[in-house]
Amino acid sequence: MSAPPCSPPSDYEEEILETELTPGDNEFSRRTFVKAAGILSAGVATGVPRIAAAENAQAAAATTPQKISVTLKVNGKSESLTLDTRTTLLDALREHLDLTGSKKGCDHGQCGACTVILDGRRVNSCLTLAAVANGAEITTIEGLAHGDDIDSLSPIQAAFFQHDAFQCGYCTPGQICSATALLEEQKHGTLSTVSFETGHTSNPQLTDDEIRERMSGNICRCAAYPNIVAAVRAAARSAQA
Amino acid sequence: MNPFNYQRATAPEEAIHAASVRDAKFLGGGTNLIDLMKDGVEHPATLIDINHLNLTQVVATPSGGAMIGALVRNSDLANHEMIRHNYPLLSHGLLSGASPQLRNMATTGGNLLQRTRCYYFMDTAFPACNKRNPGSGCAALNGFNRIHAILGASEACIATNPSDMNVAMAALDATIHVQGPKGKRTIPFADFHRLPGKTPETDTNLKPGELITAVELPAPKFARNSWYLKVRDRQSYAFALVAVAAGLEMDGTTIKSAGLALGGVAHKPWHSIEAEKSLSGATAGPEAFKKAADLALSGAKPFEHNAFKIELAKQSIVRALTLAAQGQQGAQA
Repeated sequence: MSAPPCSPPSDYEEEILETELTPGDNEFSRRTFVKAAGILSAGVATGVPRIAAAENAQAAAATTPQKISVTLKVNGKSESLTLDTRTTLLDALREHLDLTGSKKGCDHGQCGACTVILDGRRVNSCLTLAAVANGAEITTIEGLAHGDDIDSLSPIQAAFFQHDAFQCGYCTPGQICSATALLEEQKHGTLSTVSFETGHTSNPQLTDDEIRERMSGNICRCAAYPNIVAAVRAAARSAQA
Repeated sequence: MNPFNYQRATAPEEAIHAASVRDAKFLGGGTNLIDLMKDGVEHPATLIDINHLNLTQVVATPSGGAMIGALVRNSDLANHEMIRHNYPLLSHGLLSGASPQLRNMATTGGNLLQRTRCYYFMDTAFPACNKRNPGSGCAALNGFNRIHAILGASEACIATNPSDMNVAMAALDATIHVQGPKGKRTIPFADFHRLPGKTPETDTNLKPGELITAVELPAPKFARNSWYLKVRDRQSYAFALVAVAAGLEMDGTTIKSAGLALGGVAHKPWHSIEAEKSLSGATAGPEAFKKAADLALSGAKPFEHNAFKIELAKQSIVRALTLAAQGQQGAQA
C-alpha cells in the first residue's frame, strides 16, 4: 500500500453532509453521533493505536466521493436515483426511497435483518452495492402483501401473524423475506447441508431441521425461533396442500 | 468506507484493462470485500463490477469433468444437477458455508479469494497484523489464537483460510483458469493459495490484474463415496474449527484412490498427498483411516489456545473417511 494524497477526515464528513442531508437530517445526526461516540469509546479502550489505524484507513482514501445513476425496480415501481458509489442497496431503500421496512442490524451480512429478494433470490442488502443492483427487480417487506388490510397479507406474513413468530419485530421483515424465498427454493428442490446429513438429497422435505438450517441466515435476538419454525412449517404445508 | 470509482465491465478483456489502474479490485458477490471495506481493512480506489461477464455456466468438459464459470453463485453451483450427481463433495462443502443469502450472492471466483477471519486481521483497532499492515507483527501469535493454524504457519502469520468450497476443490484436484494482461494460464489448485512465509499479505499466486475465469474439475472419482465434515462452535452459519473433505474411489472394500483435504487448520486448504497415498490400495476401515489421519497431521504445531485442533482434526478425518466409505445412503443411520 503506497501513501496516496491524504484527504483529512473533516472533508470526508462534509461530503457526507452535502450528499445525504436532504432526505433525512435526523438520520444523519443520529449516525454522526453514533460514529463519533464509537470512535471515542474505541479510543478510550485501546489508546493511541486505534486512532493511528483510523488515520491510516483515511489516508488510503485516494479519491473524492463519486456519484452514479441507478435505476431500481422496487416492489414493481421503477425508481431512478443518483447515489454515492458507496451506497448499499439497504441504504438506498431506507434513506433514499423511504422504504424503512428492511432493517439495518449488523450491517455486515451476519444477522439477515436486511434480507430482500433481488431478481427472485434472497440476498443481504447491506452487502449489495446499489450500483451493482442497478437494473434489478427488488421485493422488500413492503411489497409482499397485495393490499392494506389483514386479509391481504402474503401466506408467510399471515403465518408469522398466526404463530406469533416475533417479539420485538425488528428482525421480522428479514425473516419474512427470507422465508418467502425459502419456499420458492424448496419448490425447485434445492438442498441444504441437512439434506446431506439426513441422506435426503432428492427433493428434501421441509422438516424442522431443514427449516432451521435454511433460516440460519436470520438471527432473532428475542429468540422467537420455535414460533418462526412453526410459521414457516405451516406456510410450507398450506403451500403444498 | 473510503470513496471509490465504480465501473461495470462487460467482457474479461475490458475488466482486465480497467484493473490496470492503481488500487483496483474486481467486485463479484461482494460478500467479503464490501464487508472488509466497511471495516477499513480493504480500501480500493476503483471497483470493477464483473457481475455482467459471461462466466456463469457450468459445462461438461471433453475429458468427463466440469468447467465452472467464475461467476457461478455458490447456491447455484451446489444445486447444479451435474455437481450434485458427480461431485456431491463440492455441493456438501458449499452448503456447509455461510447462509442461504450469502450463498446466493457469493461467486466461485470470489470464494477462492476469501480472506481470513482472523480477528486481528478483521479489526483495524489491532495495530499488529502482517497481513493487513506488512511488517507490523502478528497479534495472534501470542494472542487469543483458538481459531488459528496448526499446519504450515510462520512467525509472521498464523491465520487460516476460511472457505469450505476451497477444501472440497482441493480434495477434488481442481484447476483454476485465469486471464491477465499477458494472456491466459491455468494454476493447479494446490499452487493457487500460498502459505504465509514472510509475506502473509499475499494470499494467492494470482498476478496483478489477473482475473479468475473458471474452475475445472477432473472426471469424477468420488461421486459415490464422499463426505464433507465441518466441525464448528455452532451447528450452522459459523466458520470451521476443523473441516474435512474426504473422497474415496472404492473397489469393493479396497480403496483405489482417495482425496483428502482439511480446512480451518492452515493458511491454505491443507491437501495431504501423503495421507492420500497411504489410503490407496488399503482396505477401508479404522486402521487405514487412523494412519491417514496421523500422516495428515504430521508436523502439526499448536499455539496456546488451539492444541485441541490436532486431535479434533485426526478424529474428524477418521469420521469423514468412515462416512465416505459408507456412501451417501450410509449417512441416514
